[in-house]
Amino acid sequence: MVGSLTLRPESPSLDLRKWGTCNLDLRSGSSRPATCIVNGPSASTRADVPAPSTGTATAEPSAARLPGANALERPVGRRQWRLPGRGDLPRLVRKPARWTLLAVVLVLLAMLGHLLATSSSLQWGVVGHWFVNGGILAGLVRTLYLTALAMTIGIVGGTVLALMRLSKSAVLSLAATAYIWFFRGTPLLVQILFWYNIAAFVPRISIGVPFGPTLISGSTNALVTTLVAATLGLGLNEAAYMSEIVRAGIMSVDARQTEAATALGMTKRLAFRRIVFPQAMRFIIPPTGNQTISMLKGTSLVSVISLPELLYSVQLVYARTFQTIPLLVVACLWYLVVTTVLSVGQHFVERHFGRGESRKRSASFMERMRARQFDQILS
Amino acid sequence: MTGRPADDEPILRIDNLHKRFGQTEVLRGVSFDVHAGEVLCVIGPSGSGKSTLLRCINFLEEPTAGTIYVDGEMMGHRVEGGRLVGLRATELAMQRVHIGMVFQSFNLFGHLTALQNVIEAPIMVKKEPRAEVEKLATALLDRVGLAHKAHCYPAQLSGGQQQRVAIARALAMRPKLMLFDEPTSALDPEIVGEVLQVIQALAIDGTTMIVVTHEMGFAREVSHRVIFMDEGVIVESGPPNDVLVNPSHVRTRQFLARITAPVTRAGAEGTT
Ligand SMILES: Nc1ncnc2c1ncn2[C@@H]1O[C@H](COP(=O)(O)OP(=O)(O)OP(=O)(O)O)[C@@H](O)[C@H]1O
Ligand SMILES: [Mg+2]
Repeated sequence: MVGSLTLRPESPSLDLRKWGTCNLDLRSGSSRPATCIVNGPSASTRADVPAPSTGTATAEPSAARLPGANALERPVGRRQWRLPGRGDLPRLVRKPARWTLLAVVLVLLAMLGHLLATSSSLQWGVVGHWFVNGGILAGLVRTLYLTALAMTIGIVGGTVLALMRLSKSAVLSLAATAYIWFFRGTPLLVQILFWYNIAAFVPRISIGVPFGPTLISGSTNALVTTLVAATLGLGLNEAAYMSEIVRAGIMSVDARQTEAATALGMTKRLAFRRIVFPQAMRFIIPPTGNQTISMLKGTSLVSVISLPELLYSVQLVYARTFQTIPLLVVACLWYLVVTTVLSVGQHFVERHFGRGESRKRSASFMERMRARQFDQILS
Repeated sequence: MTGRPADDEPILRIDNLHKRFGQTEVLRGVSFDVHAGEVLCVIGPSGSGKSTLLRCINFLEEPTAGTIYVDGEMMGHRVEGGRLVGLRATELAMQRVHIGMVFQSFNLFGHLTALQNVIEAPIMVKKEPRAEVEKLATALLDRVGLAHKAHCYPAQLSGGQQQRVAIARALAMRPKLMLFDEPTSALDPEIVGEVLQVIQALAIDGTTMIVVTHEMGFAREVSHRVIFMDEGVIVESGPPNDVLVNPSHVRTRQFLARITAPVTRAGAEGTT
């Protein structure tokens, strides 16, 4: 169903007079965010409907809350968003708010560019030198494998915790809930410090029969090295967050899928492994990608226990050379490079697990990036 | 239509089946047999327990009381030292292999193509060699008219096509008995026919099946026997011409009167 929404001109902040009529996609029950196509007289521009606080929207309540719509979901056949060209000059006059803002942004960008190019504290030569320095690269490698180790613990542990929470056993479910409560309820930095100082709490670690004879025993300090403390701190904390992601993913698979599998003679375990879990992956992958990117940056926390990952490696250098800013820029650049690579990888994994999801071919990477950029510009 | 199959050991025997959900007793003593090659249609008003009956047969719901035998084997239980013992989950799963089920909502596996949907259970459950299963699956997809859609995902298929894949998926296990729970109720009227035709072809080939349906024309045309259920009991049972045309029970008459319109529509369609 397509409803019609008229925007009246008395908006306080934006001149809506030229926005004309807004066609809203009000398909009830649809989970897709509604998009709003604004057909102005001179240009066709897509925009999110102004928040109800502008007091001008006369749409039904269900349409009042419109999340940042994905530009890819524009109904086909409508005119597409495009950059302003020669013939659009009159728009300058018609949309003073937008063009003022654009001017401000451009000026700020120019100032930033000028600062980056001419700042004396930002010695690009120094940045270039340390960017490929052996010690810094070793720190980068440590950051990467710390991320990989912690995410592995997080994903495996999170899956186990999610299964425990979904299990029929009240004890297992409660244990998982308690774990999540504790690890989400205390700061990660405190947890890392705790693991680093665990020897003060448990001086010796023994393997044997619980409350019975001991087989192997060792001092905690020898066993829990700085790397182990960092991995445990990051990984066990991550498991608490991952478990909620995995649980939500499993629960979003329709129970009738399990039923159909059961009717075909599959056991619960087989149905879970072959039918439910692969479909849950579609819901699990995107937030896991985000968690991985957070983890990459989160590893910098372990610099507090003197583990020479990327951040601590640059700190070691600037403590000596006092080139603080260039070295922090080196760290930032490396984090950005890895984050970008991870984002691209995430896209391909998502596309793999999203197969069978829709009638259309999934959007290409460039299409998605473009759509995302425009969403950001417009929101 | 072929005559009634010979009276031998029934494929399905249901004896005094009861099912209650909490306080509500949904099935209150249901008994009947289905013989090899027989097509049984179950009709009745909404909430009369038709779906529950089918789901009890393959133990998707565990019956509260009563026994079910499939090809002489008791479902869900085993007699041990003169007492009934519940089967383990894996044993129960192996019993379900003999019963194919087609749901109202298709329930195809969304992450698998049509062909993968069909071969999944024979390979993973029956451990049959992939090459053989693929040959069988291709033949089955061809039989339901979807050989050209083998590599499409369910989301790329129409409702009628999805339901036909679901039928092929159930047949790939070579079940002794097929259960259809309102297989066309979720479909647009104009594509109901393509699914009913597939089921009718199976009936002609001698597949033993129980079909819960509201398509009275189909029931009259294809089934050997019709059961009318109401409030958890079988009210009337007999050849379609008796139950659907000259019902002896007043509740059956009332039910049929309420759905008169579908009889003429589906009846015209069933003769094709
Ligand atoms: N899991 C359940 N828990 C509680 N009650 C249930 C459950 N499943 C079914 N029922 C109840 O059992 C009764 C019979 O349901 P059933 O689905 O078997 O009816 P039906 O004859 O198939 O109806 P329809 O034609 O609408 O499909 C209904 O009153 C329903 O509410
Ligand atoms: Mg039903």
